[in-house]
Amino acid sequence: MIANTANNQRPIFERPILETPFYESYKHLIQNDQYEEWSGYTTLASFANDGQEYFAVRNTCGVYDLCPMIKYDISGADAERYMNRLVTRNIKKMLPERVTYTVWCNDDGHVIEDGTVFRLAPTEFRLCCAERQIEWLLDSSIGYDVVITEVTQDIAALAVQGPISCNILKKMGFTGVEVLKPFQLGNFSLNGYDVMISRTGFTGDLGYELWIDAEHADDLWQALFKAGELFGIRMIGSLALDMLRIEAGLILVNVEYMSCFQTVRPNRARTPFELGLDWVVDMNKGHFIGRRALVAAQKNSLKRKLVGIDVDWNKQADGALLYDSKTCSRQIGEVTSALWSPTLKRNIALAYLDAPYYAGEKSMWAEVYLHRECQWERKVYECHVTPKPFYAPERKRLTPPEDL
Amino acid sequence: MTTDQYDAVIIGAGHNGLVAACYLQRAGLRVLVLERNEHIGGATTSISRYKDYTYSNCSYVYSLFRQEIARTLELYKYGLQVIPYEGGSQIIKNPDGSYDSMGTYWHDDANRREIERFSPRDANAYERLNRDIVRQCRFIKPLLMRTPPDPTSFKPRDIMELLYLGKRFYGMGKEQMLETIRFYTMSVGDYLNEYLENDALKSYLAGGATVGTALGVYSPGTAYILLHHAMGDIDGTVGAWGFARGGMGSVASALNDSFLASGGHVRVNAGVSKFIVQNGKVKGMQLENGETVKAKLVVSGMDVRRTFNAIDSNELPAWVVDRVSNFRFRGSSGKVNIALDGLPGFHGVPEGSPCLSGDIHISQSLEELELAYDDWKAGRWSQKPYLDMLIPSLIDPTMAPEGKHWMSVFVQYCPYKLAAGEWNEERKQAFGEHIVDCISAFSPDFRSKFLHMEIRTPKDIEDETGLSEGNIFQGELTMDQLMFNRPIPGYAQYRSPISGLYMCGSSTHPGGGVMGAPGANAAREVLRDLGRGVQQ
Amino acid sequence: MTSQQKDIVIVGGGHNGLVCAAYLARAGRSVLVVEAAAEIGGAARTRELAPGARVSSGAHLLHAMPDDLINDLNLTAHGLKLSSVRLNTVSLNNTGSSIVFADNTVSGAEVTAKDKAAFARFDKDMNRFAKALRPVFDKLAPDVSIETWGQRLELLGLGWTLRKLGRYHMREFLRVIGINFYDLLDEYFDNAQLKAAIAMDALLGSEWGARSMGSVLTYLYRLAGYQRNGGMGLALPEGGMGALSHALAKAAEAAGAEIRTGARVKRILIDDDRATGVELENGERIAAGCVVSNADPKQTFLKLVNPDHLDTGFIRRIRNLRSKGKAAKLHLVLSGAPAFKGVEAANLGSRMLIAPTMDEIELAFNPCKYKRYPTASVMEIIIASAHDSSLVSSGQHVLSAVVQYLPYDDTPEEDANRTAFLETVLDQLEQYAPGIRAQVMAAELLTPRDIERQFGISGGHWHHVELAFETFLFNRPVPALARHCSPISGLYVCGAGCHPGGNVTGIAGRNAAQQVLRGGH
Repeated sequence: MIANTANNQRPIFERPILETPFYESYKHLIQNDQYEEWSGYTTLASFANDGQEYFAVRNTCGVYDLCPMIKYDISGADAERYMNRLVTRNIKKMLPERVTYTVWCNDDGHVIEDGTVFRLAPTEFRLCCAERQIEWLLDSSIGYDVVITEVTQDIAALAVQGPISCNILKKMGFTGVEVLKPFQLGNFSLNGYDVMISRTGFTGDLGYELWIDAEHADDLWQALFKAGELFGIRMIGSLALDMLRIEAGLILVNVEYMSCFQTVRPNRARTPFELGLDWVVDMNKGHFIGRRALVAAQKNSLKRKLVGIDVDWNKQADGALLYDSKTCSRQIGEVTSALWSPTLKRNIALAYLDAPYYAGEKSMWAEVYLHRECQWERKVYECHVTPKPFYAPERKRLTPPEDL
Repeated sequence: MTTDQYDAVIIGAGHNGLVAACYLQRAGLRVLVLERNEHIGGATTSISRYKDYTYSNCSYVYSLFRQEIARTLELYKYGLQVIPYEGGSQIIKNPDGSYDSMGTYWHDDANRREIERFSPRDANAYERLNRDIVRQCRFIKPLLMRTPPDPTSFKPRDIMELLYLGKRFYGMGKEQMLETIRFYTMSVGDYLNEYLENDALKSYLAGGATVGTALGVYSPGTAYILLHHAMGDIDGTVGAWGFARGGMGSVASALNDSFLASGGHVRVNAGVSKFIVQNGKVKGMQLENGETVKAKLVVSGMDVRRTFNAIDSNELPAWVVDRVSNFRFRGSSGKVNIALDGLPGFHGVPEGSPCLSGDIHISQSLEELELAYDDWKAGRWSQKPYLDMLIPSLIDPTMAPEGKHWMSVFVQYCPYKLAAGEWNEERKQAFGEHIVDCISAFSPDFRSKFLHMEIRTPKDIEDETGLSEGNIFQGELTMDQLMFNRPIPGYAQYRSPISGLYMCGSSTHPGGGVMGAPGANAAREVLRDLGRGVQQ
Repeated sequence: MTSQQKDIVIVGGGHNGLVCAAYLARAGRSVLVVEAAAEIGGAARTRELAPGARVSSGAHLLHAMPDDLINDLNLTAHGLKLSSVRLNTVSLNNTGSSIVFADNTVSGAEVTAKDKAAFARFDKDMNRFAKALRPVFDKLAPDVSIETWGQRLELLGLGWTLRKLGRYHMREFLRVIGINFYDLLDEYFDNAQLKAAIAMDALLGSEWGARSMGSVLTYLYRLAGYQRNGGMGLALPEGGMGALSHALAKAAEAAGAEIRTGARVKRILIDDDRATGVELENGERIAAGCVVSNADPKQTFLKLVNPDHLDTGFIRRIRNLRSKGKAAKLHLVLSGAPAFKGVEAANLGSRMLIAPTMDEIELAFNPCKYKRYPTASVMEIIIASAHDSSLVSSGQHVLSAVVQYLPYDDTPEEDANRTAFLETVLDQLEQYAPGIRAQVMAAELLTPRDIERQFGISGGHWHHVELAFETFLFNRPVPALARHCSPISGLYVCGAGCHPGGNVTGIAGRNAAQQVLRGGH
């Protein structure tokens, strides 16, 4: 089901990017036309004010349009075996109506992408990710009784995130949503259509994601915003989301790493270990794609690793190079994402560090360039390795969530 | 004016000859360029054959020309303006007789959505294919502007260069190294089959990989020619192609102006008939008009066959004569330049599509392209040829009157030697008519817009530009004629067995295409022998 | 149920599997060969075509097996007897003007002195190059890694072998290796029939025509075969190629190996990322420390190994291997000696070629690109019964021919196409040997698809996987398998799909055995 806004009907050469099924619903809220393209869709960097949008999620409830997320449905008798070989986590241990965060690799043990796997039913899965990869999924299915379909356009999704997100959903009539544990999903209905709700998100806060057939997009949106009106619900754009995910210590493809399908230069692809994702790799579950390469990789010490750092200053260290000394004589790493955290009041960043610096026992400095009144200034700040996530409130895990 | 005042004489004012001339003149030599034709440019020309229309009548698109050469020689100051074009259309005839087209776009998502209409898998696989080709490009690109090493030599310079190559090769990592071997030896058909399933997309990509060689899409050693689509760049956009404003002649005229501004001289109508060689050293040359020009240093932009044919074979080692006679040209392509009364429509291309301003293709499958090659093998022009059609006047307003257009049609295959007999006027016209028929099958109003056509068979190309057998690359770009084998093993470093005689045409590394690299590399070798540096 | 416990199980009793078994057994390992067919031998087999008439139903010539391998395994003691060696080659012409190749010289009424001299030069040059490549063909595929000094030296050694050719010949080698045979022969010769006859040696069994780059490589591969076989040239084992396989089997059994026929492997058992044995179609399980597969790579990794144990990129590459054969086999039982034009009765035992010109080879090749049958094919004919009367009842003859180029025909019209094409071939033969049609008592045409069925080779390809630059040395059949090991420890490959390639050489089997004994990569 394609959302048929007028713009989506225009020839490709006039309108190469699509509008999401919710676009018409929230169009009136767009104040500053800060558009961004994501996977072939028009999305909003911010609706009105990215700072306020950020606080909506930490304070009340923010809603993010997830439709451009790439979604593949995988079903069939061999679906479990297929998924278990595809991704690094043990899918055999995964119960139906559960969601899991994982990565998947190529033969060389390099990360193709990270994303979430939804087990909709014993033989039905949904893989959510940011990049299209149907070729790999199909080629991986050789020898398996599975059917793989891209459902990106058919399924509309909203992330409803923030401390009062559960209250709003309950008010909408989704009774029982409060018993969903993190990474659990449940099936509900609204006005006669199915709504799948998963307790997942990309904000590190209490939150849910709502999945429906695209044709009901407007109805769901209206119902959600009606219910949330008095709670201060608001649409958020990707700028706010990016702040939230950095605080949550979550990595982003094409920022923290590039999919090994897209890297051109040697040594640009990353293993899960380098991304600090050892915890999603189950080396004991039997073979999975890339396992042999990862076994070999484990025999050598890690050359670099993505870690969280704290920068001793108040200016964001975007794209900063990291050095072993204040004189910046030897580069030992670089910042991939940086943020002045409005909640923590800390200057945090995700950064790659070479061995042995990622262990956090040695001091290091960040070289930051600041553009001040049309003049560039170079600053060097000390930084420290710090555990991730930077921000993990208790409400994120609490079930049922606090009734506010 | 006596010719004694020159330090170096360049034979041929083609783009490589002019590039070499510019570098040498700028290095402080006094350089004279001799050109056989009345016009300069060789195969980079803009010529008017009909009313107010200007044709790029040989080469027709710009991408491969090395940026560093253009920058050093200040070509943009001397009037070269390159306009990238967007678009490209692969017209598709469906089994039910209806038509469709697959367009190409600069916008990644537009491109993906377009391919997804035919195959979602291919839309995805196409990205991986492009990535893999760009990887290959990264390996090969730096080699274009370097002199190939002699692998049999123990000279430090050759050993260092071999080590450099080895280092680059090994720098790719083992897997990529092995992949590179595959890439250079596979057929383009097999290579694309490993990635793609859609016939239209495969044929759109594959057609270009046989250009200028007597090989088919299933001939091993054609896959690497896919690099041509990615090796060039315009303003940093890798793989982009463009038009030189005013036609390809503006490349030559910018080179010419740059050369003249630095103090060089060009003589037209001065074809060389014979090199004068004494004791293994070049002394000068005899022109077609009987005049003798003295020179101690000659750089020939002619292809290797014409260069060596102009030397008394007694002056050459027998094996060199043998190798040169075995160097393969085998022109396999023709060109048709057509003046049109307006923009023709094409089946399957929607109204308002920007895709007509790129390359337009009508071959339907790899099989059809291979069948076209079978025709060449049998000594006839292809029944269904691969046509690379462009309408530069859609972008460049200087080439045709307002509202009118000219169309450049590159035709693969068209043999230099016909099984039926020699090329003559009648056969040439029949060939031209056949091409117009082929186009008309996909463009219902093409005939009605048709005004004039310049037909160029390999024979015509040879006669006019001097490219032996009409090969547009001055010799086929096959494995045995690349790198240290180009043009012949042992003389792949721009020198010849005759002291003072150098080669700078596309017969030398890295080969054809309006790239300028052979000219620049040859100039560097000349200056090295003279103990001078080269302007970077 | 696990019936047996062995050190090594070899899947497939083709000649490479048997060679591998013999070497491993001789090294003291307990070895079991399981062969799906009722008889061992794979594509080196003798089969009864009609009562009393037997023919080599796959390969029909022995010309590339190293003499040291034959000696190592004592094949002569185990019953290998050659009924003929150093067969001449005769290129047929339907006008009767044939060209004879015998002991490095060429003769024929229409072969000029210039061409004869050129042939001498050509033969010398090519043999020089083949000799340079021989160590590469005979040994394990080189490793391109340069991590250790050993690896670096190995590669430098390769470079040095080339440099030892001398400057001129090294340059020439680097040029001709990338050229195609059509152009190369044009450089040397004038006589069209002569060129075509030489070209056949580069093209037999391949997917390509003479104009394809890589055809020089396949020619040198063949020459290297002649060089290593101790001067026996083209040879015929008495009793057909099956006799060779039986000698190999006996050699293996004498060393203690066990061979079971009619035992089709259903899958290779893998536990904890290690091959642990095989399961047969009948459910029987045989446990083993190692499994060596003589089957082609597609069979091994797309059918016998569960994809759960393999990576997608690897499977993708295996699937992409070009393995659709283009060579068919024709077998005829003849009531008497056929009379080939220009061939004296005494020379009936020569290898005969039908390939009038390179252009006609190319014309025979063209249709198969479009999955069509040629109207006139090119072929290599062997009448083994001229040397070996044990193959037939008295007075009869068996003719075996490699016929090119046929498509891998998986259309519903396959049977009709086969029947029609057999007629075409017989008509063509009639032009060269008038009266031969009337002598035909039994006829059989095995298309590539039939070869697939009969010998279990995916795609029916002579070399299992096309012998081309892209699948050569460290890339053969794919990098992960180039040195007989596989991504799964304890699972090895030893078939023609491995380095160096097809033809009855036994080299892949011997090298695989060596790797198994080394127990590693």
